[in-house]
Amino acid sequence: MTGENFGMNRQKNAFISGIRDGIPIALGYFAVAFSLGIVAKKAGLDPVQGFISSMLNHASAGEYAEFTVIMANAPYVEMAFVILITNIRYLLMSCALSQRFDPDTPGIHRFLVGFGITDEIFGISIGRPGVVNPCYNYGAMAIALPGWSFGTAIGIVAGNILPASIVSALSVALYGMFIAIIIPASKKNRIVGGVVAVSFLVSFAVSKISLFDRMSDSMKISLLTVVIAGAAALLFPVKEEDGEDSMDTDEKSSDYMAFEKEEL
Amino acid sequence: MTHNIYLYILVAAAVSCLIRVIPLTLIRKKIKNPFIRSFLYYVPYVTLAVMTFPAILDAPQIPAAGILALIVGIIAAWKGVNMIGIAALCCVAAFLGTGHF
Repeated sequence: MTGENFGMNRQKNAFISGIRDGIPIALGYFAVAFSLGIVAKKAGLDPVQGFISSMLNHASAGEYAEFTVIMANAPYVEMAFVILITNIRYLLMSCALSQRFDPDTPGIHRFLVGFGITDEIFGISIGRPGVVNPCYNYGAMAIALPGWSFGTAIGIVAGNILPASIVSALSVALYGMFIAIIIPASKKNRIVGGVVAVSFLVSFAVSKISLFDRMSDSMKISLLTVVIAGAAALLFPVKEEDGEDSMDTDEKSSDYMAFEKEEL
Repeated sequence: MTHNIYLYILVAAAVSCLIRVIPLTLIRKKIKNPFIRSFLYYVPYVTLAVMTFPAILDAPQIPAAGILALIVGIIAAWKGVNMIGIAALCCVAAFLGTGHF
């Protein structure tokens, strides 16, 4: 799937699909970033600084941590460490995405797709069948990252413009998108379904156990991911036939069909 | 000593970028090890699941709205509604669940 097989049309379609799937992400981001902007303002950032921070860092927990470090006037080394910990899950996501890339994908696409990883963009690109098409990610990034960044900047300027009830309702949009990825996969594969159910339960339990109270949310997410996915990998190793190899073939064909449909 | 906000942002951005980019640029081959392959296969589902629950309960003004959004989202996803539809239905459920009729 390299070179001339990747027609301009296919790239364009992928980019447009990315924008389309990026719209609900951008809306959700706007609402969340708006409240992040209020934190940024407390830390002394102006709207331009908030915008730049969100364009470059684009991570909810990570930026929240970033602003608390700024507020504390802590050393730069502490900033590096805090960001490393709060964003460590992106390392795992990047590893997972690397397995869905065409091995011949040039470095610049790897860099740009990697740069654009957020929970949601990762979610929708891993939810797509077949190999990752960088253009799809670029489409999603083109709408979602400005949504996030403008949300932060406007949050800094305007504070509470949107009624709380609207912000409250919009805030679940992001989770709706996560559900849209994990539930169809659970329906298709019972082991994935069981792993998702266990993840829900353990995550809930950890949130109730005071021992974990001092751990940041991002740290909890990383830790639970390593433990649960590790246990699942030991107990239910993915066989070649139901793993990525067969996935490649039957998902490539469904990808092809989806592409055909988009053209019609 | 006071620090420069732009330098803070730069440090945060550089670390974030490295975390996101290094695995994707360095891992060029299909990983053969069955454990690592299986681990990476499960990672996205586990991460998304633990990020969703119980955080969805705290996102709206009252947890009941979050539960309603979660249930509506799961049913819609099971029935095959697309991503935008599911996100929209979750928002409506959260809005109604908060008591704004």
